[in-house]
Amino acid sequence: MTSNAAAVPTPGQGGQPLLLLLLKLRTFIALIAVFAFFAFAAPNFLSTANFVIMSKHVALNAFLAIGMTFVIITGGIDLSVGSIVGLCGMVAGWLILNGVDLGIGYSLYFNLFEIILITLLVGILFGAINGVLITRLNVAPFIATLGTLYIARGLALLSSDGATFPNLSGNPEYGSNGFYLLGAGSFLGIPISIWILIAVGLGAAYIANRTPLGRHIYAVGGNERAAALSGVKVKRVKLFVYMFSGFCAAIVGLVISSQLVAAHPATGETFELNAIAAAVLGGTSMSGGRGRIGGTIVGAFVIGILSDGLVMMGVSSFWQTVIKGLVIIAAVVVDQAQQRLQARVALQQQAALGR
Amino acid sequence: MNAPRHETGLSVRGATKVYPGTLALDAVDFDVHLGAVNVLVGENGAGKSTLMKVIAGVEQLTSGEILVDGTSVTFADTRAAARHGIGIVFQELNLFPNMTVAENIFIAREKTRGRVDIDADTQRKAAAELMQRLEHDISPDALVGELRIGEQQIVEIAKALAQDARILIMDEPTSALSAAEVEILFRVIADLKTRGVGIVYISHRLEELIRIGDYITVLRDGRITGSRGMGGVDVSWIVRNMIGEASKDFAKVEAHDFGREMFRAEDICLPAKSGGLAVDHVSLSLRAGEIVGIYGLMGAGRSEFFECIMAQHPHATGTFHVDGEVLDEPDVAGRIDRGLALIPEDRKAEGLVQIMAIRENMSLSSLKTFTSGFHLSLRRERDCVLSFVRDLAIKIASPENPVSSLSGGNQQKVVIGKALMTQPKVLLMDEPSRGIDVGAKAEVFRTMRRLAAEGLGILFVTSDLEEVMSLSDRIIVMSNGRITGEFDQADASEEAIVAASAVGHAPTSHDEIDKGENRT
Repeated sequence: MTSNAAAVPTPGQGGQPLLLLLLKLRTFIALIAVFAFFAFAAPNFLSTANFVIMSKHVALNAFLAIGMTFVIITGGIDLSVGSIVGLCGMVAGWLILNGVDLGIGYSLYFNLFEIILITLLVGILFGAINGVLITRLNVAPFIATLGTLYIARGLALLSSDGATFPNLSGNPEYGSNGFYLLGAGSFLGIPISIWILIAVGLGAAYIANRTPLGRHIYAVGGNERAAALSGVKVKRVKLFVYMFSGFCAAIVGLVISSQLVAAHPATGETFELNAIAAAVLGGTSMSGGRGRIGGTIVGAFVIGILSDGLVMMGVSSFWQTVIKGLVIIAAVVVDQAQQRLQARVALQQQAALGR
Repeated sequence: MNAPRHETGLSVRGATKVYPGTLALDAVDFDVHLGAVNVLVGENGAGKSTLMKVIAGVEQLTSGEILVDGTSVTFADTRAAARHGIGIVFQELNLFPNMTVAENIFIAREKTRGRVDIDADTQRKAAAELMQRLEHDISPDALVGELRIGEQQIVEIAKALAQDARILIMDEPTSALSAAEVEILFRVIADLKTRGVGIVYISHRLEELIRIGDYITVLRDGRITGSRGMGGVDVSWIVRNMIGEASKDFAKVEAHDFGREMFRAEDICLPAKSGGLAVDHVSLSLRAGEIVGIYGLMGAGRSEFFECIMAQHPHATGTFHVDGEVLDEPDVAGRIDRGLALIPEDRKAEGLVQIMAIRENMSLSSLKTFTSGFHLSLRRERDCVLSFVRDLAIKIASPENPVSSLSGGNQQKVVIGKALMTQPKVLLMDEPSRGIDVGAKAEVFRTMRRLAAEGLGILFVTSDLEEVMSLSDRIIVMSNGRITGEFDQADASEEAIVAASAVGHAPTSHDEIDKGENRT
């Protein structure tokens, strides 16, 4: 695909379009490079079993990063996703183990479908709280979601007094067995969680590129005032992105607790940082207005493969942390170079028109 | 050619500036005469701003040289240029909205005690003196972000004055000023001239140039096409040199009858933050095919009135009618649906999303048109955008390029395109010609005429007397939030309009400024 585009450049512009294309595809190129490197350097890297494990790891981060991408495109940030992951895991665990105590000596138990639905609603509710704080009460996104980060984490800890909900195999009597399938099951040899990721990823990419809502998300991040004067319902757009981010976090909460068949209240700590890193690595601009869902997913894969590959090579986890940091910074530096080049090419095209 | 009655303070010889892909300046010779106003004129993209950036040390020449008092110099940065006494008022406002007027005026040149401690009192006093010199009552402690654009421009000018520059470059200083403020600025310029300051003055307002210029230089496509003393220069000479043979005269009136009433405002009031009313019982009506110009001084409440129409002020009272029916939609989207479209005053901050593509900017208000269910048809969107690009003669390389790559005039056309794509019945244009060149201006005006002929009602705000006179079917004058005059095109006179715009203003214009300052 690179060679096709290389034939296109118009005379007089030199190799810039090719360079621009390379820069645009940089996350993808980084993914291939990381992949090729570990294929040589890490034993067993190319085995199917390893792919399945790695893709499961990546999926968790990718869900959060997709939600985070929308939030960052609007110019916001969502720090609460890691805590929502923990809380939603606990909600699912609680519903399976304890049901809902109606206070009349009976407890109400739900079937699997209802449990998933309620857990997702809890995630969306927390996202909505973020959104309302930010749009109606004018709290800065960083602060609002920092607050809900603590609240959700605290609630998760309170729910079990800090203990783990073990053995979430469910009860066939209530139709809540089979919870483990979400994390451990597979279809056509591909884990269920990856299928869900594909669905969510495609859905999010569709929203971003082919719906007015998606366009509005970019417009709000690019220039909120101009968007508002163009008839974009800015508050509604922002509310949506935080709710969507909460929704993605709830999925991760469900998947993790299903994989472990247990729910621990500390699950998801610092996940928000990995999600931000994946989004940024994929080309999302922290100042808003720019970012692609596809880029974010590739970014999540780069980070995931990097850390898993380094583990397999036996590199110290301390070094892994350093390397991850270097990769993120390098990504942003290259991103800036791309922006400059892109602006210059656009100006040249305009200049070629005779102003 | 110029009789050397003014000493030459700075000359540029053989200046060539190449940007990747463009030749911005092509062997330009330019002299700045001290104690005189050196006018520089040309269409957008002709190279005026580049030349000024070179002189101010923002950009460096590819070849050629700059001579100060006969010796060759190079300016590595603006500080180097400032050391040679060169100051510049940029076209785009370079102010810090989060800082006070005084802090802005002395930014990077803070008056200090012992180089560390900022001497705020001295700064404040000096700022107040500058404001007095500019005959404005803007408080040195006011936050710049709370000032109107016109007032910010005054601050920008004060900032340049504070440098005691020997050569002062003014890039379109009057683009946001009203007639009265322009007069004040001209008095300040006259005063600077007597002090021996050489002024380089760039403007698109040709009448203005002829009035205050001593020397004129015309640029076209990076080359000098005319340079002489101002004696005997008239508008047609300038225009001929600016755009070559194809002279464009704007605002040819296409006679047509007006249709039914499209828009009516009844008794609109908007409380000002400081008490009183920013918009004071304004009622007006607009018929299909009619162009109504609203003229007034800065702070007359014109932009606020537009903002009320577009639902930006929940506290506003009064009723609007569109096409005979009450307008009760509470948000912008609803009002756009009802056939209103606003072209805001500040293109960069309110009109465009700079990092988005031209296509995405143009369709932003009308995405619904291309959507079935929630699916957006990119093909239909693109086709529609391209047809508007053609209609409005917008010069673009590709609709996918960011809108920031366009010149000011083309950007304005994109904003107009965005408004038209919503298929409005009433077009609200706030300073539609601000910061665009003569050619683009003429095209914008022709477009307005054409749209009116097609049955649109157009309400536009301007501070340019000539513009309001030549473009409007009817002229409404606002002052202090009230309508103080209404004229048909036939019986409007410049004197009457100016007089109406000053109603309620003391001769020293203190009221006006108090008011301007207190507005949000």
